[in-house]
Amino acid sequence: MADQEHEWILRLGDDALVLAQRLSEWCSHGPALEEDIALSNIALDLLGQARALLTLAGQREGRGRDEDALAYFRTDREFRNALLVELPNGHFGDTIVRQMLFDQFAVLRYEALASQLVDLELSAIATKALKEVRYHAAHSARWVVRLGDGTEESHRRVQESLNVLWPYTAELFEDDTVSQACAEAGVLPLNASFQERWTEHVKGILNEATLACPESSALLTGGRSGRHTEHLSFMLAEMQVLQRTYPGAEW
Amino acid sequence: MVSDRIAQVKRILDGVMDPELPFLTITELGMIQGCDLDDDGTVVIKLTPTYSGCPATDAIQDDIKSALQPVEQRFRIDIVHAPAWTTDWISPEAREKMRLNGIAPPEGSSADKAFLLGQSQTVPCPRCASSDTRLVSPFGSTACKAHYQCNACAEPFDHFKCF
Repeated sequence: MADQEHEWILRLGDDALVLAQRLSEWCSHGPALEEDIALSNIALDLLGQARALLTLAGQREGRGRDEDALAYFRTDREFRNALLVELPNGHFGDTIVRQMLFDQFAVLRYEALASQLVDLELSAIATKALKEVRYHAAHSARWVVRLGDGTEESHRRVQESLNVLWPYTAELFEDDTVSQACAEAGVLPLNASFQERWTEHVKGILNEATLACPESSALLTGGRSGRHTEHLSFMLAEMQVLQRTYPGAEW
Repeated sequence: MVSDRIAQVKRILDGVMDPELPFLTITELGMIQGCDLDDDGTVVIKLTPTYSGCPATDAIQDDIKSALQPVEQRFRIDIVHAPAWTTDWISPEAREKMRLNGIAPPEGSSADKAFLLGQSQTVPCPRCASSDTRLVSPFGSTACKAHYQCNACAEPFDHFKCF
């Protein structure tokens, strides 16, 4: 269980870290000053969650790796995030649809983690993170509605974003031996158990946004076992270059 | 003797200001969640971050260290996540100081239904006290603030989010 729990916490931490890094790419490139600040703020919250989660994952692993060792000195094949969060930002509509799809999942997952009493360190981090992701979820949902139910062009473009991103969402609800062990230990229910409520919440938002829910049955997966898209490698190259070149550098 | 050391540390902590809200102390913001001796006589300060990613948390630890070092060498700062920080811990006096400094303080309690449901609240203008204000952006200059504008006096202002 100890090994599998460390794996499980890495998945949570990597989802937050990789999405934080992606969103921070918007800093100074946002479509409006307010949104630039919003995306950077969300990135900062996620980075804070990632730091706490990776620190805990390192402690549980027991090999002396801290948050920095895990963030900067793992290769792409060692990252455990879902593919959805590593995809390039695209245009603002792409970013905000991805954010909505992820936020709705993050809220359910942190709710479950915050209410369990098996792993109190994890529930403490989750309780804090839950407040933050609820705020993000309200923001991304409002934007999806505004763009979907906006102009003809904004509607067309976010519908395309949704169609492209949708096949990546099924991975969030996949289970394997790691998530099964966590569920048996009472730390977190199976990922599949979130799917029904997630679908209901997301369909509610899409309905209000006058967007059509894609019918895709395609399943793009692999992130949880380290099989990523090429986009993650490029992202990590940029994120890790300084620590790889000057290990331990601080300023 | 022991209580003297703790009392002295607490006094010094009471003088450490928040770097983003330099008119409020970290104690007034509810960020100090304990200050006690552990078994080997080290003073353990429990610090809770406001937001997970608040960059001020690192700066605050540095400020605590430089404030304490002249008088107390055996101390340690532990970051604690539970119970999760809430704006409910901000005292009425501290809220008034926010208002005087142009920041609308958090309204009500984080357990309010409107907050839980993500509904917008009435945030009075810290300059003219009008309740005719509008949300410009739910994200502001720091993680803890949202950006508002007063429709009555046109003042743009920060609102310390109820959290």
